[in-house]
Amino acid sequence: MVVKLDIQNLNAWFGSKQVLKNISMKIEENAVTAIIGPSGCGKTTFIRCLNRMHEITPGARVSGKVLFNGMDIYSDGVDPVTVRKKIGMVFQKPNPFPMMSIYDNVAAGLKLNGVRDKKIIDMAVKRSLELAYLWDEVKDDLNKSGASLSGGQQQRLCIARALAVEPEVLLMDEPCSALDPISTAKIETLIRKLAEDHTIVIVTHNMQQAARISDYAAFLYFGELIEYGPTKQIFNSPEHELTKRYITGEFG
Amino acid sequence: MDRYKLRVIKDRLMKVLVYLALFLALVPLFSILFEVFRRSFSVISLDFFIRPTPTVGEVGGGIANAIQGTLITVGLASLIGVPIGLMSGIFLSEYSESKLSAAVRFFHDVLNGIPSIVIGIFAYAMITLSIGFSVIAAAFALAIIMIPIVTRTTEEALKLVPISVREAAIALGIPRWKTTLTVVLGSAKKAIVTGVLLSIARISGESAPVLVTMGFWRWWFSGLNRPAANLALNVFVFGTSPFENWVALAWGSALLLLMIVLGISVLARILTRGRY
Repeated sequence: MVVKLDIQNLNAWFGSKQVLKNISMKIEENAVTAIIGPSGCGKTTFIRCLNRMHEITPGARVSGKVLFNGMDIYSDGVDPVTVRKKIGMVFQKPNPFPMMSIYDNVAAGLKLNGVRDKKIIDMAVKRSLELAYLWDEVKDDLNKSGASLSGGQQQRLCIARALAVEPEVLLMDEPCSALDPISTAKIETLIRKLAEDHTIVIVTHNMQQAARISDYAAFLYFGELIEYGPTKQIFNSPEHELTKRYITGEFG
Repeated sequence: MDRYKLRVIKDRLMKVLVYLALFLALVPLFSILFEVFRRSFSVISLDFFIRPTPTVGEVGGGIANAIQGTLITVGLASLIGVPIGLMSGIFLSEYSESKLSAAVRFFHDVLNGIPSIVIGIFAYAMITLSIGFSVIAAAFALAIIMIPIVTRTTEEALKLVPISVREAAIALGIPRWKTTLTVVLGSAKKAIVTGVLLSIARISGESAPVLVTMGFWRWWFSGLNRPAANLALNVFVFGTSPFENWVALAWGSALLLLMIVLGISVLARILTRGRY
């Protein structure tokens, strides 16, 4: 196992409320790791700590280490901006930039980071949209508004936007929760494909989805990591009683 | 069945009342437009736009100098007021958690409520008394009137941009300041441009603060440290004069002011229609 992210004693707070308690786990490179657990257990906060998005919320605080390729992203002198370029994020609700075309949405990360060469941007836009399985649907409408697409297309546009800056890790926060089954299936296929050369950490509420697409699964409960291991093992023979009860749908 | 009929009658009665109120509300607007058009019609000609105001006894003449003076004064006021207003609006919206924001917001509200003549007399004391009646003093006063309007519309517009849009940009590794200046400002640009245009329309018609800081001037613009002619003051001074052609020019100036405000509102609409 090649470790991409090594999380050590991670704690997180909103004001005085502690939402993550001493979490330590290693996330494998080029695999899909699912974070599961009931609402409010800190799943979203957890992945937001992995690319330093947690701290942009007023009053939010983090302690502990997150080693990315062996380097702690929380050590002094690390610029969160460079961390986020390498560790991208896809949000729960599709959030394309409202005043931008499809093309500009995908190009935004490059353009705003100073890439000027039109050829490079053109290529990156095409490559990212192809990776996100969206190219064939939008290639003739690149100048249309991103907001004019359907919900599922918008989410794939957001994935393409995140891919354009060539991140090594992609954090996904329930990317299918606002989508219909067909769009969900497309995105699940896409996630498996992306995992060939991206490390993916996905928060999901959907147990079947976690079972279908993930290699590893972590069960969080009230901010604590209860169980973590290969998905098959977590789903077939969970060690912990709580995990078993959650997976079988006794609570959620 | 009777109850139903009663309801229908009540419904009709309310409808009539609502239409009547609408009509009454529109009467002043249309009578102003009608009266201004009627009285200024005769004075509108090519001369009106290209010749300066006449001296006593002179026939004809126009308001070209007042158009020029108004453009320069309002332009200078916008150059001062718009950037300050935009930036403080950005501050209030993007850094609203800071304690300073609440104070700044409060003082902008107070500033917005200060009568324009008070701002005028302030500008008079601060600037006119030291450098004399001048375009600079008038522009300073108008800029102060403009700042709270631009600030609050910018703040409101930026607050309507969802946090998810900001987060999407930050998660792409775009620094916060760049996120604010490009993605956030870009998403709100329609509303901000509208706010700026409407504040320009507002100060174009201000007369009291202009009168105390710059005074009335009947000649061409001759430097920022000297007065310039002004459309709103044309209406005030010429309109109350005993000379018939001056009074006609006052109505003409009034019409032009109306057209400018209308034009700016239409422009704001066209610009905000945008691509999407």
